[in-house]
Amino acid sequence: MSRDEVNVVWLGSPTFPKAAHDALQDDQLRRNLKHATTTIRDKRLRAVAELDDWETLRLAGSQIKDRVMRHLDTYLLQLEASVTAAGGVVHWAEDAREAKQIVSDLVRAMGATEVVKIKSMATQEIGLNEELDDDGIEATETDLAELIVQLNHDRPSHILVPAIHRNRSEIRDIFRREMGKHGVPAPDDLTDEPRALAEAARVHLREKFLRAKVAISGANFACADTGTVGVVESEGNGRMCLTLPETLITVMGIEKVLPSFSDLEVFLQLLPRSSTAERMNPYTSLWTGVTPGDGPQEFHLILLDNGRTKTLADTAGRSALHCIRCSACLNVCPVYERTGGRSYGSVYPGPIGAVLTPQLVGIGTSDHADSLPFASTLCGACYDACPVRIDIPEMLVHLRAKVVDAHRGGLPKPEALAMKGARMVFGSPRRLAWAERLGAIGGRVAGIGGGRWLPGPAKKWTGARDVPVPARESFRAWWRKAGRR
Amino acid sequence: MSEAKPAEPVREEGLYGEPSANRILARIRSALRDVPNDERPEDVEVTRDYVDSHAVGDIVDLFVERVEDYRATVVRVGEQDAPAEIARVLAGHGVANLVVPPGFPDALLARYEGSRLSDDPPLTPAELDASDGVITLAAQGIALTGTIVLDADAGQGRRALSLVPDLHVCVVRSSQVAADVPVAVRALVPGRPTTFISGPSATSDIELDRVEGVHGPRTLVVVLISG
Repeated sequence: MSRDEVNVVWLGSPTFPKAAHDALQDDQLRRNLKHATTTIRDKRLRAVAELDDWETLRLAGSQIKDRVMRHLDTYLLQLEASVTAAGGVVHWAEDAREAKQIVSDLVRAMGATEVVKIKSMATQEIGLNEELDDDGIEATETDLAELIVQLNHDRPSHILVPAIHRNRSEIRDIFRREMGKHGVPAPDDLTDEPRALAEAARVHLREKFLRAKVAISGANFACADTGTVGVVESEGNGRMCLTLPETLITVMGIEKVLPSFSDLEVFLQLLPRSSTAERMNPYTSLWTGVTPGDGPQEFHLILLDNGRTKTLADTAGRSALHCIRCSACLNVCPVYERTGGRSYGSVYPGPIGAVLTPQLVGIGTSDHADSLPFASTLCGACYDACPVRIDIPEMLVHLRAKVVDAHRGGLPKPEALAMKGARMVFGSPRRLAWAERLGAIGGRVAGIGGGRWLPGPAKKWTGARDVPVPARESFRAWWRKAGRR
Repeated sequence: MSEAKPAEPVREEGLYGEPSANRILARIRSALRDVPNDERPEDVEVTRDYVDSHAVGDIVDLFVERVEDYRATVVRVGEQDAPAEIARVLAGHGVANLVVPPGFPDALLARYEGSRLSDDPPLTPAELDASDGVITLAAQGIALTGTIVLDADAGQGRRALSLVPDLHVCVVRSSQVAADVPVAVRALVPGRPTTFISGPSATSDIELDRVEGVHGPRTLVVVLISG
């Protein structure tokens, strides 16, 4: 499939079961992930425990999002009017291709060949950097982790800390090898101390910030009533992009709109504590259109659909659009902790990725998307952690059913055949008794020589498990005997 | 908002012909067929019984504690001693070349002996980068989160001023300290470019080790004037 035909960029990894299998063999990755998720998880619990009305805040956050989704057309029109009144320009993009076209046209109209970027999930989702590159525009990621990933031609593995799979010495090697190709090189004596690495990034990027004409950002929220757009961040790279260039282009998923400016009082409490586990992230920037004499004098807001209206149409799956991209669900997920973000194949990993990606892409359109709703133990930890109460486990079950429905007709899959067989056997006491007797014999045959594996298609299942040796006698047989006593 | 609605923007054809806004709005309306036609946004309940403030005790003390938690420096001073204290802070950081935003009170810099860079006409990013630091007022402080809020009003300067120089000295009056985020948000003036600052620039991207000072000022000093 060419890049133009998909709306969500796949990261080039195989489908989840295969990618997860490979990731599980990588001890270093599992150690890095366990350390990261455990640390953030514990910190987040402490940050949340400080607010004794957390559940009330979560409920309000979820209700506000519910209100937005049920009246999305109203709020988007209101947002468009407020942003326009404040001197901004609003564009609408139905899919990735249209959004990329708008950005590319705007950048070229400025006569620019380079842009600085703030970490943004929406632009990653549509593969914006690659598109700009095709048009001769170099886009530089300015978030430290995104820079590491970009310089290494790598892929992100976490929503909040995308380079969490890389350790410090790997990062030093990447900086020394790649920085010089794109601007100020890393110093020759660069060590792997985080402080030294951050300083190298500061020097490398500062030159770009000071001369950039165009910046591209995402948005954490946009208030319909005032047209105020907000970005939360830690490093100050966001402020650099939002403040220094002449033109700012913001690509925002249509679900990020909030009814009113005052709703920030809820989300500015929920978001930092859920994502970085801080009381407040170091920097939050709010801007409304353009301000004469302060910051970019040209502001474009691109409202991106790209599968969101399709998601909206499924009343059971709709609330995946409530997501504020905090990544709390990743850090509590036992599956994410063991397989890492890249196994999920899309820029949205973890539990939220398993429900959001297949909906944005469309169930039944690719093996990648269809494998994701099964990448979960349904333990429910993600629901508890979600600051806007997205019931991810319930949605996973709903999407599993949709995957199964999408594959009805045509050749049945082996699981479907097995289930059909099981239904036949369990449907009749006589057939079950026969099956039990056969199983007991078969199990003992398979167990000869200590081999506890199954042949044929079931081999995969026993690749990581032992087959239990069946009892010599079935329960029914025992009952019949016991009953005679 | 019952005033005259702004005129519908003129919609141009999108990449696929018909204006993109019309196509997306039509898709939204079709996706929301389950929502009754007469339902208004306000009909969707939002329960706002969360608390206005989680702060307990003296909020100015709490503000100091929380700002210091982020490893910023807080200097508490009375009105009388403020000019001397500010001069001491600036000298302590070797500032000889200070960016001063329009509207910053002269009196507070009465004891400062170095040179001043005025932002009128606007300094270039390179000039800001070459300065030793900047001093600004603030719009608000938030006690619970240890945040200072800047909204580009008099004495605060445009956003780049508190961003590019490596040292930011921010003067906050104790009367400006709000207890918690909801209280602070309600006092904001929407439309102004607003920045919430909670400690110096920081990253945890490398093995989750916190490093201060990536792109914003590496040093933040809050001068808290009581009274």
